[in-house]
Amino acid sequence: MRVRRTLALTAAAVTTMALAGCLGQQQESDTGRNADAKDVTLTVTANAVAGGKNELTAKWVTDWVIPEFTTQQKDKGVNVTVKYDGIGVDDADYKAKIALDFNTDIGGDVVEIDGIWLGEFAQGGQVRPLDDVVGKDEVDRWDGWGEIPDAVQAVGEFEDKRYGIPVGTDGRVIFFNKKLFAQVGLPADWQPTSWDEITAAAVSLKQLPGVIPMQLNAGTAMTEATTMQGVLPLLASTGAEINQDGKWQGATENVKQVLDFYQQVYGGKLGDPLLAQEAKGRDKSFELFAQNKVGMLFESDYFWRSVVDPTVGVAKMADRDAAVGWAKIPAMNPGAGVGGQDFVSMSGGSVRVINPNTKYPQQAWELLEFMNSAAATKARLGDTAQVTQRQDVNEEVLQNDPMLSFIAEEVLPITRFRPGLADYPKVSSALQQATADVIAGKSADEAAAAYQDALVKEVGEDKVARG
Amino acid sequence: MSAATNRTRDTSGLGVARAVAFVSPALLLIGLFLVFPALWTIYIGLTNYTLTGPASVAPAFVGLENFLGALDDALFGNALWLTLVFVLGSAVLGQNLLGFGLAWVLRSAKPVVRRVVEALVLLAWILPSVVVAYLWTAVLDRDGGTLNALLGNESTAWLVEYPMASLIVFNTWRGTAFSMMLYSSALAAVPPSQLETARTVGASGWQTVRDIVFPHIRGHVLTNTLLISLWTANDFTPFLLTAGGPNHESETLPVFIYQQAITNGELGYSAAISFLLLIVNLVVALLYLLLLRRRS
Amino acid sequence: MTFHAMLRRTLYTVLIAALLAFFAIPMLWLASAPFDSDPGVGLRWPDWTLDNWRITFEHPYALGSLLNSIVLCAVATLVTTVLGTLASYALSRVRIPGRDALLYVLLLLSSVVTGTAAMVPIFVMMFQLGLINSQYATGLVIAGGMLPAAIFILKDFIDSVPRSYEESARVFGASPGQVLLHVVLPVARPGIATIMVWAFVQAWGNFLLPFLLLRDVSGQPAAVLLRTLKDEGGSANLTVIPVFSLLYAIPVVALYLFVSKRYGFRFHGGIKA
Repeated sequence: MRVRRTLALTAAAVTTMALAGCLGQQQESDTGRNADAKDVTLTVTANAVAGGKNELTAKWVTDWVIPEFTTQQKDKGVNVTVKYDGIGVDDADYKAKIALDFNTDIGGDVVEIDGIWLGEFAQGGQVRPLDDVVGKDEVDRWDGWGEIPDAVQAVGEFEDKRYGIPVGTDGRVIFFNKKLFAQVGLPADWQPTSWDEITAAAVSLKQLPGVIPMQLNAGTAMTEATTMQGVLPLLASTGAEINQDGKWQGATENVKQVLDFYQQVYGGKLGDPLLAQEAKGRDKSFELFAQNKVGMLFESDYFWRSVVDPTVGVAKMADRDAAVGWAKIPAMNPGAGVGGQDFVSMSGGSVRVINPNTKYPQQAWELLEFMNSAAATKARLGDTAQVTQRQDVNEEVLQNDPMLSFIAEEVLPITRFRPGLADYPKVSSALQQATADVIAGKSADEAAAAYQDALVKEVGEDKVARG
Repeated sequence: MSAATNRTRDTSGLGVARAVAFVSPALLLIGLFLVFPALWTIYIGLTNYTLTGPASVAPAFVGLENFLGALDDALFGNALWLTLVFVLGSAVLGQNLLGFGLAWVLRSAKPVVRRVVEALVLLAWILPSVVVAYLWTAVLDRDGGTLNALLGNESTAWLVEYPMASLIVFNTWRGTAFSMMLYSSALAAVPPSQLETARTVGASGWQTVRDIVFPHIRGHVLTNTLLISLWTANDFTPFLLTAGGPNHESETLPVFIYQQAITNGELGYSAAISFLLLIVNLVVALLYLLLLRRRS
Repeated sequence: MTFHAMLRRTLYTVLIAALLAFFAIPMLWLASAPFDSDPGVGLRWPDWTLDNWRITFEHPYALGSLLNSIVLCAVATLVTTVLGTLASYALSRVRIPGRDALLYVLLLLSSVVTGTAAMVPIFVMMFQLGLINSQYATGLVIAGGMLPAAIFILKDFIDSVPRSYEESARVFGASPGQVLLHVVLPVARPGIATIMVWAFVQAWGNFLLPFLLLRDVSGQPAAVLLRTLKDEGGSANLTVIPVFSLLYAIPVVALYLFVSKRYGFRFHGGIKA
């Protein structure tokens, strides 16, 4: 009896709660709320934690942003307390957590998210345009916009509206081991101009015992790395973007060409299919590269800064500066790349947004501006170098790093960004699956057909450009 | 369950009021933190609720669509099959047999040997799963893995080439302790005189187990199998070892649910799959209960 | 000794040795990697150093997270053990219609709640109750998920305590509370101890619930912290992880040793079917 009554009560409660929509909170719309408050508490959230993932970001927030911003506000007579909510787990887990947070009023006020999540969050109303949260005049007034190139600003935009300020960007190139290249008679300033030249180099490298000629990110285990470092740059090489004229690429000629290239690499044993499928395959490919056992890797400049860096890298290469070369990713054939280009690249980046549920939209905006000032951006880098969102900072910090200057000067002008659409993550999963199918032995045509079916199921017939 | 529970006499003089008072705190906690969220989850399984995107603001009631979608989803079928293989291989066979074998063999072992073996088996059971995942990566890794070093080969990536077999061996290692403990105590209850008789008539070890021991411990076997099957079916540790890969070859249902909920944000669908997992568990439990009832 | 007996003896020894190896070999990593100057995912003879330990101890949250884990798991374990024992005693001794069916249903529901799909209900519920960022409340949620299995197992232990003991105790005028405390508990003690260790282990490894329900990184338990020991690109930080894994394993092993020494650790006539 007791139990039955409890069950009935809980069932009723479930229905009520679900129907009342307590999953979403009412959002306040007054941009000027609490603008004159003298005691303000703000929280910064990022997937970065001291002693763990993205430690530098975490330390920058706690050791630089918070004290500096507090002092600056104190001078204006405002008593502000900034807290840092550092998380530092796998991106998928982080995304789930902040998605839950956005539905309540306990989330951070300034939140860092990956640029490709913007579309989903925007469509879910979990983040809103800066103009709505802060007010158009306030946002436009910021002088920092002039320092951020339009292409980089696009990382923080969705449907032509600004949702946040990008944190920086990166570019993808082919990294190669000059020592291995020298052994097979390839030049240290190697720069392929077509896919055939890449495979030709790989075939030469194959003579070296114990060396994997090239490791092209593939399969589902590497998640977004497969899409971003493999499929999308290659797709750009064939002259297509994943979303064109409002439609996703289905089993088009371009997608088939990309999968065919995967087939050449992994079917022809130019890459190691087992390594691509291991749960920690990407980490391992880094280790092997550092041990001079991998010839070429398609990677972001992150590889240079954080992986093989002789002091802070996870797979340190003491002779990095002499041993690691880089080349732009060539179009499939000269001039066949996206926009008629000879060379292509892909870029991504994080964005800091303001939580629409913040109690202090104006103060949160001030904090966000502050975090994107030239001084703050320089402080974030410390003695490392990185392509930041700000050109004035880049000019200063990149000059001593040939690789990163190369990214800023040669790669960013030709790069493309992923579409920040809500469906993108599903498309990305389907692409990863297609490469996994190729490694598992399917032909490029079969894999492309299966990919198209999956895509139609996920995003709908009318949004897919069929091949 | 036990024959004793069928007694109607309240021998301990507990009284209904006091019994209710004893049960209530547990039931309250279970009601609040288990039944309520579980029912809510089942309800979410009937909606198209997602973590982000439009359906996260205004989820719609879609009835059985998620369930029909699952039946049509080759990956769900794959996950269901792998879960059954995992449970059958590592729990019903692996842990059960090894657990019984250990209990049987250790009966006559020297106390020192017995204690050392038991301690190691228990250690495998109580170590946290993230730690255990690292331990087994070290065993099965292609370069520098202990297994490859022992076998003197350098090229087998066990977790990629034989993912399910690896997971089954892993989970047998991981969970045998429970079966071992349970069977040790069950074996202690087998009358020694009967074992002695079997020995004097020259019965082989296998005959003794089949004819003397098994009838005594049959109930234990069923309870044990039920519990370890449930735990194995819901085990998330495979994710830490293989992340479901390569290419979904080790994607059991809990891993599939995680992928749907966290990676894809499909909360409605993943809730529906959770419910289907519950149904699978229910079928398995009913099967055991049926076997149990037939005994008594 | 006959040839046959010798053969048997040898086979027996080989069997025991093989079993020992099977269970021991995977654990060697935990003995070598924490002391290796360049720990990798594989096993190797370490290039001895204690640097990893220094670095781990200097980690801002490592030791604190272990304390958090202890608080969290102590709550979850105590609640599970105490409430589980009380409930299973009552369920064992008093007939409640549909009792077994109820237990099975709860056991099955616990599989839904411990899965990933229940994260939204649990999170939203805790938010509405204002219990986010409370270690005690998180402990209670974890306990709620473990109770059905605990009751299920404990009830079998308590079923096996002979009723004649209780009857005699009552003849001598003991109250029901005294009967439970002085007669039933001592007999069921190994079972309760086993459940205690089991509950502790389960709570100790729980990642998702504390991750979602606790806000502050300095309040997170070790299970969550272990997943943050990574670099920018998400590669594992193998300097800290082996040492931390070892530290993380110690409390569980210590609890087991303590419990097994003090109360015995086995299903002493428990789990009857």
